[in-house]
Amino acid sequence: MQKLITWIDDRFPLIKVWEEHMAKYYAPRNFNIWYFFGSLALLVLVIQIVTGIFLTMHYKPDVNMAFASVEYIMRDVPWGWLMRYLHSTGASMFFVIVYLHMFRGMLYGSYREPRELVWLIGMLIYVALMAEAFMGYLLPWGNMSYWGAQVIISLFGAIPVVGDALTEWIRGDFVVGDATLTRFFSFHVIMVPLMLAGLVYVHIVALHKVGSNNPDGIEIKQNKGPDGIPVDGIPFHPYYTVKDIFGTVVFLFLFFLIVFYAPEFGGWFLEKDNFTPANILQTPPDIVPLWYFTPFYSVLRAVTWEWLPLGAKLWGVIAMGMSIGFFFLLPWLDRSPVKSIRYRGWMYKTALTLFVVSFVVMGYLGTKNPTNVDLLWFSNRTWSQIGLFVYFAFFILMPIYTTLDKTKPVPERVR
Amino acid sequence: MRKTIAILLCLASGFVHAASEVGGLDRVHVDLGDEVSLQRGARTFVNYCLSCHSAAYMRYNRLGRDLGMGDSVVEQNLMFASDKVGDLMTVTMSDAHSKNWFGVAPPDLSLITRSRGPDWVYTYLRTFYADDESATGWNNKVFPHVAMPHVLYEWQGTQRAVLEGDEVVSFEIQKPGTMSAVEYDDAMRDLTNFLVYLGEPAKMYRGKIGLWVLLFLGILGYFTYLLKKEYWKDVH
Repeated sequence: MQKLITWIDDRFPLIKVWEEHMAKYYAPRNFNIWYFFGSLALLVLVIQIVTGIFLTMHYKPDVNMAFASVEYIMRDVPWGWLMRYLHSTGASMFFVIVYLHMFRGMLYGSYREPRELVWLIGMLIYVALMAEAFMGYLLPWGNMSYWGAQVIISLFGAIPVVGDALTEWIRGDFVVGDATLTRFFSFHVIMVPLMLAGLVYVHIVALHKVGSNNPDGIEIKQNKGPDGIPVDGIPFHPYYTVKDIFGTVVFLFLFFLIVFYAPEFGGWFLEKDNFTPANILQTPPDIVPLWYFTPFYSVLRAVTWEWLPLGAKLWGVIAMGMSIGFFFLLPWLDRSPVKSIRYRGWMYKTALTLFVVSFVVMGYLGTKNPTNVDLLWFSNRTWSQIGLFVYFAFFILMPIYTTLDKTKPVPERVR
Repeated sequence: MRKTIAILLCLASGFVHAASEVGGLDRVHVDLGDEVSLQRGARTFVNYCLSCHSAAYMRYNRLGRDLGMGDSVVEQNLMFASDKVGDLMTVTMSDAHSKNWFGVAPPDLSLITRSRGPDWVYTYLRTFYADDESATGWNNKVFPHVAMPHVLYEWQGTQRAVLEGDEVVSFEIQKPGTMSAVEYDDAMRDLTNFLVYLGEPAKMYRGKIGLWVLLFLGILGYFTYLLKKEYWKDVH
């Protein structure tokens, strides 16, 4: 065995890679529950790829066969139903995990210097993931798949001059059709997964270059012992590998609970309207995307103002783009002298709370008809507009309130 | 302890009855473990529904296997629209014909309980009423101006709607059918139960498999926790 390892190591930096990323990668010893979601995101990516491979064996990307082939997988393919539910539940859980992973970054200032690039790459992963989910959602060719794609692609039509030509180019047809389905299949199965794999790789490489942040926001590398090892660091392997294995089992327990007992999750993971085949003549009563897109869908629908020679639809699309784009700017918007929320003052804490509330409320309202009144007093659209205001204020005012905010002194060592 | 549970269960079932009407829909008791109910529902389905509506994602022999019927039983009792037991449950009526006769092609029913919900289907099946103004002479409470006539009127009888404004509030039987109201409700419950099965055959098994998976993960979780604790002793 030792001989084999030596043989490989003479030809490939096996031990070097192992030590750099696992056995001698020193991570802060004070990771809390928020630090499970990075490894869990990787786990779900693997689940999606493996189940996706099996689904691709039986799925047919053809407008006349797509819907039936999904039902064929659900009924005639041995364990096909399990592969499909793992994949559909995995999609939603991917977003649950990624949102929690991003929120962890906002709690402890993980996007701050020197981790700006880790954050930016992470945001690219998030955008790629959205593209992956959007295109994957068309593949079952249900009625909501069809109309959802129709609506989202038509957003590009709001762009002046080239809009209409652009939507036609994306669809490959005048309406969403076979050309759209086959190209989305190709992107969903090959292009975006390749991009995701590459991005995840550089995300981890960049992280291991600068080292992990921690709930105290203290740079452990600034406090090294005589052996050159950070005094507050512990080797990732075995400490965090055994911890993440336990986290993985807990996550899988919840994951399988959904897969086996509530795969539709009350219509939140698999929508009722998507159990009807795509029908160009029959629009669903309310066209709504799946829950992970609804905050941004709310932003889009909240903008109803015409301004300059541009229409409300274009402003809505711009606002939607900005609502995602602002995340990229976080490392430079945040001017606080401290990283972690533990040492920040009331202003950032209040701002972050309001931001989370606006995100969740807009997420909820994105699943509802804009003119109805599902919360108190105002129509859903009015509440979305309030949410939009809070959401944008969180980012735009950040340089001001993080400068003014009173912070607590950060200790030398982690707690 | 057992007594307490029994009392709680009674109370709970009382609540269920009290809340039996949700959003204008009657609640249906779905139980995929009730094989006899599923078999009765299957019989009604192939006799009355399958003449016009397909269940084109489902195969006869799969249905037989899941519902405890051998291929020969399926062939003799359920197969009127096909002659191979491995066939999909399609209909011979063409879309062009049915559009001509009803105005629309009758939808495939494989997934009807997943797109509409079992309560909707159960209510729909029981709330047809005679309406002289409609083309077929029939109308429906949860699907106004539906193109489908009341196929099971011989069982249920003919009922008229009691209206308050435009809203149907109750029904009164004009001409009784061959079944009593309770018998008809039971038959429709069996049919709905079967349609729920038809929507997702795997639903019969996934609960049982899931139990083993979760049990395994529970035990694994316990040991991985001990492992973590052991390793982390030297950190704390």
